[in-house]
Amino acid sequence: MSTEQIFDLGQCTVRELNQALHDFNGHRAGPHFRVRNAQGDHALAVGIAAPLSVDIEGHVGYYCAGMNQHATVTIHGNAGTGLAENIMSGVVRVKGNASQAAAATGRGGLVVIEGDAAARCGISMKGVDIVVQGSVGHMSGFMAQRGRLVVCGNAGAALGDSLYEAEIYVRGTVADLGADCIEKELTAAQIVALNTLLEQAGVSAKAADFKRFGSARQLYHFNIDHADAY
Amino acid sequence: MTTRDPGLHESYLFNRDVIHEIQRAATEGIYDIRGSGAKRYLPHFDDLVFLGASMSRYPLEGYRERCDTHVVLGTRYAKKPIELKIPITVAGMSFGALSAQAKEALGRGASAVGTSTTTGDGGMTSEERLSSKLLVYQVLPSRYGMNPDDLRLADAIEIVLGQGAKPGGGGMLLGQKINARVAGMRDLPPNIDQRSACRHPDWTGPDDLEIKIRELREITDWEKPIYIKIGASRTYYDTLLAVKAGADVVVVDGMQGGTAATQNVFIEHVGIPTLAAVRQAVEALTELDMHRKVQLIVSGGIRSGADVAKALAMGADAVSVGVAALIALGDNAPALDAEYRQLGSAAGYYDDWQAGRDPAGITTQDDELAQRLDPIMGGRRLANYLRTLTMETQIIARACGKSHVHNLEPEDLAALTVEAAAMAGVPLAGTSWIPGRR
Repeated sequence: MSTEQIFDLGQCTVRELNQALHDFNGHRAGPHFRVRNAQGDHALAVGIAAPLSVDIEGHVGYYCAGMNQHATVTIHGNAGTGLAENIMSGVVRVKGNASQAAAATGRGGLVVIEGDAAARCGISMKGVDIVVQGSVGHMSGFMAQRGRLVVCGNAGAALGDSLYEAEIYVRGTVADLGADCIEKELTAAQIVALNTLLEQAGVSAKAADFKRFGSARQLYHFNIDHADAY
Repeated sequence: MTTRDPGLHESYLFNRDVIHEIQRAATEGIYDIRGSGAKRYLPHFDDLVFLGASMSRYPLEGYRERCDTHVVLGTRYAKKPIELKIPITVAGMSFGALSAQAKEALGRGASAVGTSTTTGDGGMTSEERLSSKLLVYQVLPSRYGMNPDDLRLADAIEIVLGQGAKPGGGGMLLGQKINARVAGMRDLPPNIDQRSACRHPDWTGPDDLEIKIRELREITDWEKPIYIKIGASRTYYDTLLAVKAGADVVVVDGMQGGTAATQNVFIEHVGIPTLAAVRQAVEALTELDMHRKVQLIVSGGIRSGADVAKALAMGADAVSVGVAALIALGDNAPALDAEYRQLGSAAGYYDDWQAGRDPAGITTQDDELAQRLDPIMGGRRLANYLRTLTMETQIIARACGKSHVHNLEPEDLAALTVEAAAMAGVPLAGTSWIPGRR
């Protein structure tokens, strides 16, 4: 078996690439995959279920590395909408910026965005860890259920709107908080855990410089006296 | 308005039901939430009749001449289309809204007659996968329990844009039904009210949806049929867009469709009747030359073989049952009347499916109540019901001279009311008049 398989999307199709990746689903190992000429194609490297290593050269379109399981996918460019949506495990790293809904509904694993992330980063996240070295757009962490969203830059409007039990950390400024999202104490244990996460993400930042935001839990049960918050 | 007490004149606008609701709202300070579908009168399949064969048509002999009922769904793109023995499927209903026993019973019943059942908001349970030979996996805005392993295990994928009981609305599961298992599957704390999103998190329009569908096809190696389910409202345009987005199957759920928990005002006042939605969907498919190429499933108030046959005659490929399937399992059984009355309801009226106290063990997560439903017996009852619907459909099809239920056509129908004639696009009985057409 070759130690590296190269797919040039100028020469082959997305289907051929994904099928080659899926052929290793359920395996414990596989070759390194290098994808050239991504050209903004959609649905690249989606549905992988094996500990593969995939490097994608160029910008990618929607849903790159969607529903990833176990694989390490690195995008050497920018990513379109829905990067690593519903990621289950593994690591997805974007060297550039990510468009809206990055890591949406992710249930596990780690997503690292070395640039900025647009609106709704981490929307409905369900256990994934997201580290954004730049800033995030509005409505990030909307209805976020579990996991951690770490923003080294600034956060746009309505951060953490209708938040459940996900934790949000922001080092810079927050335009404003969404419904039921409040600033919370950053405990010593959380600082340790956050430093570990930052180290895993390869980000040189100190956890103590971040503010922590979480749910006020006022919307967990409907109360007519809170009707103006809905 | 008619009064029960001579001499008393009840207001039409402020009748006793309205007064009760105003006073309830003033006391409780919250809208009424309930399950099931629209309860008020709406134009429906009852307003249509079949013409039957006579001098100008040749009927088929009942029980002797074959009338086929099989359906193939997903022939447009999927490598592995679904083949059903009957044109009746079981609609999506979540584990959480329903007990595990109820989900298993639905799977057993559907499998016994060769048709499919469908997951719901909350993901796929092992019970329903094991009991369902053909299982459609819903992709909903909440993505609760969304898991690529389950996606690969499914026989088809249904992207839910809405449901007939609440087009434009998200899901709701109140805290009393969120036990540890339901909460775990949804990645949320137990006992809190769960508000499912009404918009998908990672796409925002038909162009995005087309790309989303491509992603799902890539993940599943283009094997699975992909359905798009819409709540009936602007059905003509929604169907056009669903086809453009790449659907193999369009599912149209009319406003009579059921729900596990929705505001009463939403159920009764948003959406259009199934009757009108079917015609609009078929018009859209026909205009695109995709009728029968993209299959159409219709739901929302299907109760009998007559309803099935009328939906098929109007151009549907199959129908789905939800509320009726629960009734077949034992929901609202007269034998439980005393227990329903203890809950402030009565057999035949019970719709507090959101409350989790269902004495039939269907719409509950209470272990003791859920144990009351025997999945094997429930499955048997559902199978009996589905077989009955199928035979009724065949009886009507044979009477119209059809050797396959799909050969039923609008020409076999007449409408009993002007409204139904306009909505269904079939002539008023005894005339050639279809309102709105020359």
